[in-house]
Amino acid sequence: MGRRWTTWTGIGLTALLILFLTLPVLLSIVAGLSVNYARGLSAGLTLTWVVQVWDLYADTILRSLIVAAATLVLTLLIGVPGAYALIRRGGRVARLVEEVVTLPVAIPGLALALGLIITYGGFGTFRQSTLFIAVGHVLFTLPFMLRAVMAVLETIDWRVLDEGAASLGAPAWRRFVDVILPNIREGILAGSLTVVTLSVGEFNLTWMMHTPMTKTLPVGLADAYASMRLEIASAYTLVFLVMIVPPLVGLQMVAGPRRERLGP
Amino acid sequence: MTLTANAAPPRGAAITARGLSKSFHGTTVLHPTDLHVPAGEILVLLGPSGCGKTTLLRLIAGLERPDGPDMLRFDGEDVSALPIERRNVGMVFQSYALFPNMTVAENVAYGLRVRGMPSAERKAEAARLLALVGLEEHAGKRITAISGGQRQRCALARALAIKPRVLLLDEPLAALDAVLRERLRAEIGLLLREFGITAVYVTHDQAEAMAIGDRIAVMQAGRIAQIDRPEVIYHRPRNDFVADFVGTMNRLAGPVREGRLILDGGDETRADLPAGGPDRPAILCFRPEAARPHAGPGEEAIRARITATTFFGATQRLLVEVAGQPLRLDLPSGLAFSPGQLAAFTIEGAALLEFPRTV
Repeated sequence: MGRRWTTWTGIGLTALLILFLTLPVLLSIVAGLSVNYARGLSAGLTLTWVVQVWDLYADTILRSLIVAAATLVLTLLIGVPGAYALIRRGGRVARLVEEVVTLPVAIPGLALALGLIITYGGFGTFRQSTLFIAVGHVLFTLPFMLRAVMAVLETIDWRVLDEGAASLGAPAWRRFVDVILPNIREGILAGSLTVVTLSVGEFNLTWMMHTPMTKTLPVGLADAYASMRLEIASAYTLVFLVMIVPPLVGLQMVAGPRRERLGP
Repeated sequence: MTLTANAAPPRGAAITARGLSKSFHGTTVLHPTDLHVPAGEILVLLGPSGCGKTTLLRLIAGLERPDGPDMLRFDGEDVSALPIERRNVGMVFQSYALFPNMTVAENVAYGLRVRGMPSAERKAEAARLLALVGLEEHAGKRITAISGGQRQRCALARALAIKPRVLLLDEPLAALDAVLRERLRAEIGLLLREFGITAVYVTHDQAEAMAIGDRIAVMQAGRIAQIDRPEVIYHRPRNDFVADFVGTMNRLAGPVREGRLILDGGDETRADLPAGGPDRPAILCFRPEAARPHAGPGEEAIRARITATTFFGATQRLLVEVAGQPLRLDLPSGLAFSPGQLAAFTIEGAALLEFPRTV
């Protein structure tokens, strides 16, 4: 009976915790859909605010997606081969590189953005482009991709896979593509998930780096909170959720349950 | 698999190495080594861990860069400067090195795919090799779905598929249990001879070395201590390290006077062995199976106190003591011996060895 008692307590506590975490989100959704939040649900539900948000901020939503995609592509191109190179190299130099690359996570986003603006402010076209935002996001998200891939590389016997493929005549690039990449798929997916999530939600850096022409969704959200009525801002949150949840769920499903590892 | 050994003409290349050496962080792992493996020969590198056998194999493979300006030839072609992927060597690893993202058949066909063989052709070739190692029914399975022994067979088929000039095997059976090891050992030996391929096989297991090798190179502290046919290694070891590493060796230490080593234990035990040569302190060695029960006339060589007997089936092993020195003797199990008893033996004269003292 004791076990039952603790089980129920556990369920109760978990439910409370989930409620605590999700209630603000749920209330935001309700606010974004209600005719007048101050009067509550009795005033009725409407999609007016959502449509208005779309009219006002469609470009920021699209831009956020583009920035996230560009960030993902860049972190994949740099991070995956980079992680493999660092693991292969090993030793003190590799650890040093890893620490340096991780630094942007520790530095406040505002400081990092300032650094980027000071460095590249003179390059007008680049400074004003969406790519500038994406570069900032890459600096901030790259360590997450690196670490996710390196963590999986440490669990597989990459050296013996590489040597096995080499003995069969495969040149280095082919060994990487044929036998390393497929066996670190999980790490790459986990890293991608983190990178996309971080990029779409990133505010600090982006707020400092953006120009009126390169607003992303979170920056638009801040605008809406500051200058629009509560219902519009909440509807914006709803749009954000609709945008971010499906790809997250999709990626989780692709990553799937951990596959059985080849043990000795 | 047929049981005709040495049926095929040699299909591998001869390996010639001159002054191959390697050190890691200032520690010499392999001293400059010369080696010649004729085409079609199976050479076993045998030795304890850290003796340099795996390093020598990896140097031949091209997985390690040698230290100095040394030379390695396959059939006269200098391959020293080539990376492993251009040496055309087949490699079998202790940990299999199979690709978990491919099926059994895809693993076997991978080397052919790299060489640009058309899909249909390489599938047929992979199927042929899988049949040869008895894995045809597992062709479509994941690597994780087959057993350790099957994985190593798959790895062997994969290495043979590329028709390598030289096959290199690095402790291929070390990860398997004893029964499987013995079975696979026999299969690999037959398969290698059937292919007539030049092979270098690394192991620390002397029984495996005896079963597989045409010749055995016993390695000690980064050098080849002796390289010869298994029988010679066993019966005529060049030094006491080789003698100890390959099989069991008894040793009796004592003074040689007038050509004989005579020990008197003072407890009725006694040894009297022919040693020849000048008077000196000496160590005489012999294998356990060189002992015979002393029967009839003639001088007994050893009178010993039996301390223990172990039944091995056809033979029994006696632990005995002569003048305080322990010996292990193998005798037919039909003879009755019991601990505490005093027994007399002769030693086959030709089996007595004396090594130069190495320490």
